[in-house]
Amino acid sequence: MKLYELAHSRAGDKGDTLTLSLIPYDEKDYELLCDQITVEKVKNHFKGIVTGEIIRYELPLIHSLLFVLHGALNGGVTTSLSLDAHGKSQSYAFLEMEIDR
Amino acid sequence: MKKKLRIGCGAGFSGDRLQPSVDLIKEGQLDYLVLECLAERTIALAQKRKLADPTKGYDALLESRIRTLLPSLVQNKTRLITNMGAANPLAAGYKIIEIAKELSYNISVAVLTGDDVLNYITLNQDKLSTLETNQLLSEYDIVSANAYLGYDGILEGLKTNADIIITGRVADPSLFLAPMIYEFNWMEDDWNLLGQGTIIGHLLECAGQVTGGYFADPVMKPVENLSRLGHPIAQIDPEGNLILSKIEGSGGTINSMTVKEQLLYEVINPSEYFTPDVIANFTTVRIRQTPDENIMVDGGTGKIKPPKLKVSIGYKAGYIGEGEISYAGANAYGRAELAAQIVKDRLSDKIRKIQIDYIGYDSLHKNNNLVRPIPYEVRLRIAGMTDELEIAELIGNEIEALYTNGPAAGGGVRKYTQQVIGIVSTLIDRNMVSPKITLLSI
Repeated sequence: MKLYELAHSRAGDKGDTLTLSLIPYDEKDYELLCDQITVEKVKNHFKGIVTGEIIRYELPLIHSLLFVLHGALNGGVTTSLSLDAHGKSQSYAFLEMEIDR
Repeated sequence: MKKKLRIGCGAGFSGDRLQPSVDLIKEGQLDYLVLECLAERTIALAQKRKLADPTKGYDALLESRIRTLLPSLVQNKTRLITNMGAANPLAAGYKIIEIAKELSYNISVAVLTGDDVLNYITLNQDKLSTLETNQLLSEYDIVSANAYLGYDGILEGLKTNADIIITGRVADPSLFLAPMIYEFNWMEDDWNLLGQGTIIGHLLECAGQVTGGYFADPVMKPVENLSRLGHPIAQIDPEGNLILSKIEGSGGTINSMTVKEQLLYEVINPSEYFTPDVIANFTTVRIRQTPDENIMVDGGTGKIKPPKLKVSIGYKAGYIGEGEISYAGANAYGRAELAAQIVKDRLSDKIRKIQIDYIGYDSLHKNNNLVRPIPYEVRLRIAGMTDELEIAELIGNEIEALYTNGPAAGGGVRKYTQQVIGIVSTLIDRNMVSPKITLLSI
């Protein structure tokens, strides 16, 4: 199934860095997300787009994950040639990822 | 001392809607209204306006916002804190006084300056380098340099009993933290309280983004009455516990989902969120629903503030030229592809980097593993950056020329050029920055 069916996400930007939260609709799915949505898989999903390091933060108290993707915004928000320079729409690219349940 | 403090956030960016602020002041029983109107690049653009006219350079909507809000601010005894001063807080302060005089309100305005460090940066540009590229600042054509100030300057403004505190560049959460410290006498080294207060500010600073704005999805996350979206109200107690609400009957929603999305928004490291005031820790935060459908947030912590301040530097980065044309029907994508190739060939010797997007197909998500059906209509977009305006204009011109010199049945051409102000940042010692309050009265 698609990640879209069990989690939601908001994208944020700082310079050339993109942030993507990942929040399950049902808090019980937090463990599942921790197990399956690894840095490796996210790297693969954004292959060719993200040039830098990807870091995953776990926030168990609010049952959420945060991914920080460096070198993800086509050189940086203020000088990017992209239509969506901030990468605001990237949360929904993230939610296209597949997850097994 | 107050037992509870109520702060509303009426604006989360320079172009934000005005009606939610009007409603907040009238019905929100607010002690403070905050309008956060200063994005990274806004101040560099405002700096250009200030250079052209020394009485300008503040937020373009300041006048209409103050005219609309001032009567109810005075009537409800709500104090206003805003960074609408942008590149010229003092001129903004004089403008507010002028409007108040005209409307016969006897108010005072505290103006915070000191964030503009262009002189210091210019003098030291061959010693300081950017955080992003590690290049020396002397390699950039700098137009503005503003340090992120903390809560301390605003706190001095609040002590003057001014009705309005207007600032330039201040860290967004500090706009909210200052009144908490002022009302509750929090100690300047109580890092956990300052951390929790900063987290409250972070939740509020994008206004409608925590009350259901930028959240809705009709399938998975429906939000009611989004057209009348209400902005957030923070009710804070002296221990820093937050109850987040909005005006009853306003549109939108506050729930644990909207609060989690906003809590993590633009956070680079949740256990170390740097501001001039504190390094806040988001990982200890708890979010709970109250029986009356509001949200409680507590548990935020922090540690000692960083020794240096971040400075945001605007520089001239060249010109972006853009053009768009649409194709529809049989082989629309193929014709758009041909059009792109033609424009690329015609411009390749003049522009070093050209971006090609097929809107409706791959303009937003470039991931190569997505399932992507070929659409019925495609809008070709071509963008490029150059040092000269005349060259940037060629991009739109070549797109337009596709009408008679390109593939069949292209339509709806639009073309744009704009000067690009890039932003880089650097760190400077706190002691190099001196926040200053100027009190203006009628």
